Amino acid sequence: MADTPEITREGAEAHRPGATMNASEMEAWFVREVLPLEAILMQYLRHHWHNKGEVDDLRQDVYVRVYEFALKELPVPAKPFVLATARNLIIDRIRREHIVPIEIVADLETLGLATDTPGPDRNVMARDELRRLQAALERLSPRCREAVALNKIDGLSGRQIAARMGVSEATVSEHIDKGMCALADMLYGEPSEMARRK
Amino acid sequence: MSEPVQVRAASAAEINAHAAAWLRRRHLGNWMEQDEAELEAWLAESPANRIGYWRLSASWSRMDRLAALQPSLHQQDGVAHKGISPLWLRVAAALVVATMLAAGAGFWFAQPRATTYATALGERKAIALADGSRIELNTDTTIRLSANANARTVNLERGEVYFEIKHDPHRLFVVVAGDHRVTDVGTQFFVRREKEHLEVALVEGRARFDMPVAQSQLHSMSLAAGDVVVASARRTTLKREPIEEISSELSWRRGVLVFKHATLGEAAAEFNRYNPEKIVVADAGAARLTLNGTFKTNDVAAFTDAAHAVFGLQVDVRNGQIVISH
Repeated sequence: MADTPEITREGAEAHRPGATMNASEMEAWFVREVLPLEAILMQYLRHHWHNKGEVDDLRQDVYVRVYEFALKELPVPAKPFVLATARNLIIDRIRREHIVPIEIVADLETLGLATDTPGPDRNVMARDELRRLQAALERLSPRCREAVALNKIDGLSGRQIAARMGVSEATVSEHIDKGMCALADMLYGEPSEMARRK
Repeated sequence: MSEPVQVRAASAAEINAHAAAWLRRRHLGNWMEQDEAELEAWLAESPANRIGYWRLSASWSRMDRLAALQPSLHQQDGVAHKGISPLWLRVAAALVVATMLAAGAGFWFAQPRATTYATALGERKAIALADGSRIELNTDTTIRLSANANARTVNLERGEVYFEIKHDPHRLFVVVAGDHRVTDVGTQFFVRREKEHLEVALVEGRARFDMPVAQSQLHSMSLAAGDVVVASARRTTLKREPIEEISSELSWRRGVLVFKHATLGEAAAEFNRYNPEKIVVADAGAARLTLNGTFKTNDVAAFTDAAHAVFGLQVDVRNGQIVISH
């Protein structure tokens, strides 16, 4: 192989549809391009939806729509597409539920401008990231935090954590599961400190 | 774990609960092949499941970096673990360890026992250590290696080195590159240093990366497989790359250069690291052409032939330089 160099021209970067990607490429795309928008998305949904208890479900529906669209055609850039999807979803829901919204759901541009600067950081300054992770860990309830830290910092397994904390493995599982969900909400659903500072 | 078939997407809370259970079993339990198949089936049930799992998995693996705070305060304090010590304290402890190592490293280097290893342009060298660790030097590289009962230290003067380290908690392995240092936590990684520019990439395992105190308030971060740190005098960035990509950067270990989406300019610079006859890409347009290809590190002719054949570029030898132009 080294003797017969294969060399090919490269065109402009092609945006191939998600359907031609394998699951892990699709996951990588989603984690890289869509999840960093979650804070903005949540802000939008909370602002425009009357029932705060349903916002997580709306987020899920937005993600499913984005994913299904991406299988056909990868939206590039992702941000306007995700926000437009959120708006359409809310309009659909309003129609379906015959709600008369107090605020008109529109305003995408305003929101887009207000939140445009920070954007998803591909190369997050490492120290900001570590600080953010620490802050998230600190906000977990004490037992939950201990279980997560014993796994993430000390590398212990579920069984070892149970022994260390003197509780059953089932209890450790509860702590860990709760921690996983809370961390995703904090790390994706909330604006990073860096974004807040700006 | 069999889930009822979902007619309508379950609520976000339900999906989160299931996704967390899968993720936890996968990372904290005994994960078997058949579990993998069951997880696949659950993911395939609905896009909402898939996305819910991706989302938790992504934030959960971000938390891996917390291993930077690893110094085993837990073990050292000996008493039953009533809670978690404040995190800043752990960071402080990590720093103390790092500082001690640094001071220690300076001392050992003063000892005659430090051995210098170097490679010439185009040369490669592998060093097998008594503890089973392996160090490979790429072209034009100089390191000083010293070891005593408490630590193994490599000082990277310049160049690129690949490390496969047998972890020993009582004898840490530390790579010092200027003001930066990498401490292994059982790992395979490589470090490349060119003047003020430092790159560290982890192939496997975990390591800790310490920055000069002046550069940031945190000083220390944990690296997991796929992490690439690029540090210069002023800033340090961390990105994650697919392992295959990092492995292809290590193709020099097999004596080949692998280019993927590389520009002609970058490829020429890579060749120049290995060969005395330097390639100069004379015009900016040609330097921006991109290519994929695999070449022997010393086969400059194959590269220039390809540039000529594929891009129709002119190749001349002038004053001992190989000049590529339109």
